[in-house]
Amino acid sequence: MNTTAHLWDYLPILIMAIVALGFVITVMALTHAVGPRRKNAVKDDPFECGIPVQGNARTPFSIKYFLVAILFVLFDVEVIFMYPWAVNFRELGVFGLWEMFAFMGLMIIGLVYIIRRGALKWE
Amino acid sequence: MDPIILYKIILAVVVFAVSLGVAAYMTWGERKLAAILQDRVGPDRAGPLGLLQPIADGLKMIFKEEFIPAQSNKWLFILGPSFFMLTACMTGAVVPWGSGLEIGGLYYPMQVTDINIGLLYLLGVVSIGVYGIMIGGWASNNKYAMLGALRASSQMISYEIAMGLSLIALVMTTGTLSLAEIARQQDEGLAYVVYQPLGFLIFLICAFAETNRAPFDLPESESELVGGFHTEYSSMKLGFFLFAEYINMFISSAVMATLYFGGYNFPFQHELGLEGNTLAIVQAVVLLLKIFIFIFIFMWVRWTLPRFRYDQLMNLGWKVLLPLALANIFITGLVMYFTGKLA
Repeated sequence: MNTTAHLWDYLPILIMAIVALGFVITVMALTHAVGPRRKNAVKDDPFECGIPVQGNARTPFSIKYFLVAILFVLFDVEVIFMYPWAVNFRELGVFGLWEMFAFMGLMIIGLVYIIRRGALKWE
Repeated sequence: MDPIILYKIILAVVVFAVSLGVAAYMTWGERKLAAILQDRVGPDRAGPLGLLQPIADGLKMIFKEEFIPAQSNKWLFILGPSFFMLTACMTGAVVPWGSGLEIGGLYYPMQVTDINIGLLYLLGVVSIGVYGIMIGGWASNNKYAMLGALRASSQMISYEIAMGLSLIALVMTTGTLSLAEIARQQDEGLAYVVYQPLGFLIFLICAFAETNRAPFDLPESESELVGGFHTEYSSMKLGFFLFAEYINMFISSAVMATLYFGGYNFPFQHELGLEGNTLAIVQAVVLLLKIFIFIFIFMWVRWTLPRFRYDQLMNLGWKVLLPLALANIFITGLVMYFTGKLA
């Protein structure tokens, strides 16, 4: 089993990224070069089903989206904590099992709290 | 040049080309399948059975007018789809496509790279993909695009948590994050779907949500948001957004097949009398077949189920899948404890 990390292992990822990046840049340049460009004032307006544009698109939006993003960060960090535990689950034994159950219990209390406070209530 | 590096370069290009090719023909497959399910003929003009349709579509996308709205942020507008496509192409690097080839006494594993944090790499690259949609939707400076991007990002991050948690239960049983090792373990034992049926179901639902496929296609729901985050896009930039979705579908099918359905392994593979390279090639074909079955399910669901409402989507992610995934970890832990798998 490959348990030691070598920087060498990541070289193919770099190769993959270069291949993908090369493709993206080539196609973007190609479509820029061969496509026609016919601009006019009406076409340049943001699309709003044909009616005259009303105000700016970058207006304040529902705070709920922001709240979901914050909650995501919280929970994702907790999930990341669980990965090293899951990999070493067998070696950590019974003590590790109960410890992680306690951690998950706290996580569930947090989830119940945000649901009770209506943070995930959409209408 | 070192033959290993040369091989890695060739393999990276091949994996990339196969992802693109399969994704291109998935667009054809989707239209054909939709046609069959709706009692129509589907594309049949370009070539026999319409088989040249993806090539015609691709060429058309390239030759279409490249339109950048006057009020948009030009560079971010271009960056959005490029980024989305780039991340979609990079996920294939850690999927093992077969056991390995032996050429001239050297052993070449059929995997671009076997990093020991393969699963974390996958989750990481998938979550970077959100930025592509977010940047593209915001840069458009269009209300529909803005709403679509907001929906897409909050949907994708919400389901990422349940996805990460469903994988934890799997990692508990495998004890490794390397995809090659997980595939190898399933050669010796049973496919992991037998041990993790609930985990697989959660992962499948999250994969639908992460790829923005119906019934989770709220970010681009054409009946309310015109085109969602790609309303203002045209030419190959639109093509990238649509195309990357198919690549994501292909890769997530490959990941599901590898993690839960034995990967490139198939039953009785060592009793058939196949050796070395022949076996490796047969394995790659078997993996592709498994992937096609998953892709078929993706398409079947799209043409069967209606779209969720936004509050239903959020409730499913946070109040159903998240507790279910935690319960799955709990059950997995207890079962392993009582069956004496712990040290």
